[in-house]
Amino acid sequence: MSQPIVEARNLRKVYGHDNTEMVALKGASFSVAGGEVVALLGPSGAGKSTLLSILGLVTAPTSGSVVISGTPVVDGARELGDMRAIRRQHIGFVFQKANLIPFLTAVENVQVAMEINDLPSREARRRSLELLDYLGVADRANHRPVELSGGQQQRIAIARALANKPGLILADEPTAALDGERGRQVMELFARVAHEQGAAVIVVTHDHRALDVFDRHLEMEDGELMGA
Amino acid sequence: MNLALRDIRYHLGSFAFTTVGIGLLLMIVMGMGGIYRGLVDDATVLIDRIDADLWVVQRDTRGPFAEVSRLPAALEERLRAVPGVVASRRFVSHTIQREHAGRSLRMTVQGLAWPEDRGTWLPLIAGRTLDTAHFGLIADRSLGLDLGESLQLGRDRYTVVGITAGMISQAGDGMAFFTSNDAQAIQNDGDGESQRLERAARSARVGAADIGRIQPGLIERAGGSSGNVPVLAPPPVSAVLVWVAPGADPAQVARTIAGWGDASVYTSTEQRDLLLAGPVDKSRRQIGLFRGLLIAISAIIMALVIYTMTLDKVHDIALVKLMGARNRVIVGLILQQALLLGALGYAIAWLLGQRIFLLFPRRVLITGPDLLMLAGIVVGISVLASGLGIWKAMRVRAGEVLS
Ligand SMILES: Nc1ncnc2c1ncn2[C@@H]1O[C@H](COP(=O)(O)OP(=O)(O)O)[C@@H](O)[C@H]1O
Ligand SMILES: [Mg+2]
Repeated sequence: MSQPIVEARNLRKVYGHDNTEMVALKGASFSVAGGEVVALLGPSGAGKSTLLSILGLVTAPTSGSVVISGTPVVDGARELGDMRAIRRQHIGFVFQKANLIPFLTAVENVQVAMEINDLPSREARRRSLELLDYLGVADRANHRPVELSGGQQQRIAIARALANKPGLILADEPTAALDGERGRQVMELFARVAHEQGAAVIVVTHDHRALDVFDRHLEMEDGELMGA
Repeated sequence: MNLALRDIRYHLGSFAFTTVGIGLLLMIVMGMGGIYRGLVDDATVLIDRIDADLWVVQRDTRGPFAEVSRLPAALEERLRAVPGVVASRRFVSHTIQREHAGRSLRMTVQGLAWPEDRGTWLPLIAGRTLDTAHFGLIADRSLGLDLGESLQLGRDRYTVVGITAGMISQAGDGMAFFTSNDAQAIQNDGDGESQRLERAARSARVGAADIGRIQPGLIERAGGSSGNVPVLAPPPVSAVLVWVAPGADPAQVARTIAGWGDASVYTSTEQRDLLLAGPVDKSRRQIGLFRGLLIAISAIIMALVIYTMTLDKVHDIALVKLMGARNRVIVGLILQQALLLGALGYAIAWLLGQRIFLLFPRRVLITGPDLLMLAGIVVGISVLASGLGIWKAMRVRAGEVLS
């Protein structure tokens, strides 16, 4: 098997301290390879979002390390590189809410992610339109987020996550705000992205109706990874 | 892609509203500077226009602009005899406030040493200079008098023969130029009743004194016109202006005059400085301080506006940080908006000022260098004001998007 895109090594996360101490992660280890789409399951409060934000280099673990494409980037609270540079080059995020920038149109919301990563404006626009087309929302390109339905917004958000061809895509309950049919379509989209673009995709979900689209299921409970 | 402009376009209404507000504030700052400039310019316009080499004033006074200065009119003749002096002219100036055409007319009466001085140096915009010894005047436009209009001052009627522009006294009153004899007549000649009383009092004083009994003819003289009373001096003048011959040393001439003991001498520059250090000084500092305060207030308000605009975008800022944006993207967004706000506010201030400042009763003088300096200040304020917003933006954590 090829080298994993992302590797979690014994990640622990403790929020607060002393008597307010709350252990959200109790030593999680796993890895995801390119082209693999993984479902992260578990009850509310299990630590799924915490794990995802540590893998996304947004939150520092209390201990343990994150390795991306073979390079350790985080070791405990220590950052082994420019977190923002790694995020913009290697990681795409999708959230429960689309979190689009309200003053930008659909295509601009994708374009801005590319320009942040130094792609010239003209090229960024062309590729953004291509991505919207790939996700089936090309006709909404020049609309602002308020003019789009929830499903359309989420597709724009996925297009944005794909903007810089990241090796790792992290999605936290991306279908929670969508109905079953649209939710399934979005999950299928993730599988397609993983398979067609070779990205490692980790999706946190509660929705058991669409589990069949995933290659692997990871089960979390009370800060511990059960595996599957 | 410019995020600053796209955000503004999205919130166009509130941004426009804010910009107009900042513009009005900057207009007041601009106007305050203009009032200051106008004050100085009005105060010195006469000294600059007359352009005398020396101002001879009452001994130990600071001259007619700073305090009351009285000199015998005869000094004019004596000064002509000083080596190096080519010309000397009396300077007569006083302010009157009279009723004319149903309104209160306040004017500074300037006497011209007619016939040598007919007012050819005045900035005439209509009419002519003073061609006759009596009953003509050149009025400043700000007095609102028309060419050919006549007005009653004391016992005589005077007719407007010329109109000037920009001849304003340090107190902001328009100037009116008469021959110096007329100017003194306006100053000294009261109404008929007080003249009668004055003459009667004079006769009574003479009658009560020994001399009146020895020379009864004096009593009759005393009851007549003051010009016919040889022991009464002609009315004093405020100052005498001196022009020095080319090649002669003004300092030497000044030393000679200063040696007389009844006069003090200043150059035009000294007279100008005394004026600015004296009567104009407090208004000048008052306006200066007020302007400083306004600039500080503008800076604070701009800072608050920019800070609020940043708060509105905290979520978006966290998002672009999560997507890995460098700080310069975020700093650029805030700084560009601040500068745009400042620049547009400045433009609005200028455009509105052009119209509104004309309505002010005193001159609001907006000069190029002042405009440039204010532009610099606005840029400074914008940068400073964005500091607070940038500080806030830098503290936003990428993780805030997730919560
Ligand atoms: N910023 C935080 N500060 C303190 N406790 C937190 C914070 N974020 C999450 N937690 C706690 O950590 C535990 C795991 O939370 P989370 O990772 O959000 O779980 P999940 O996404 O599986 O619902 C929860 O008990 C939650 O209350
Ligand atoms: Mg969660």
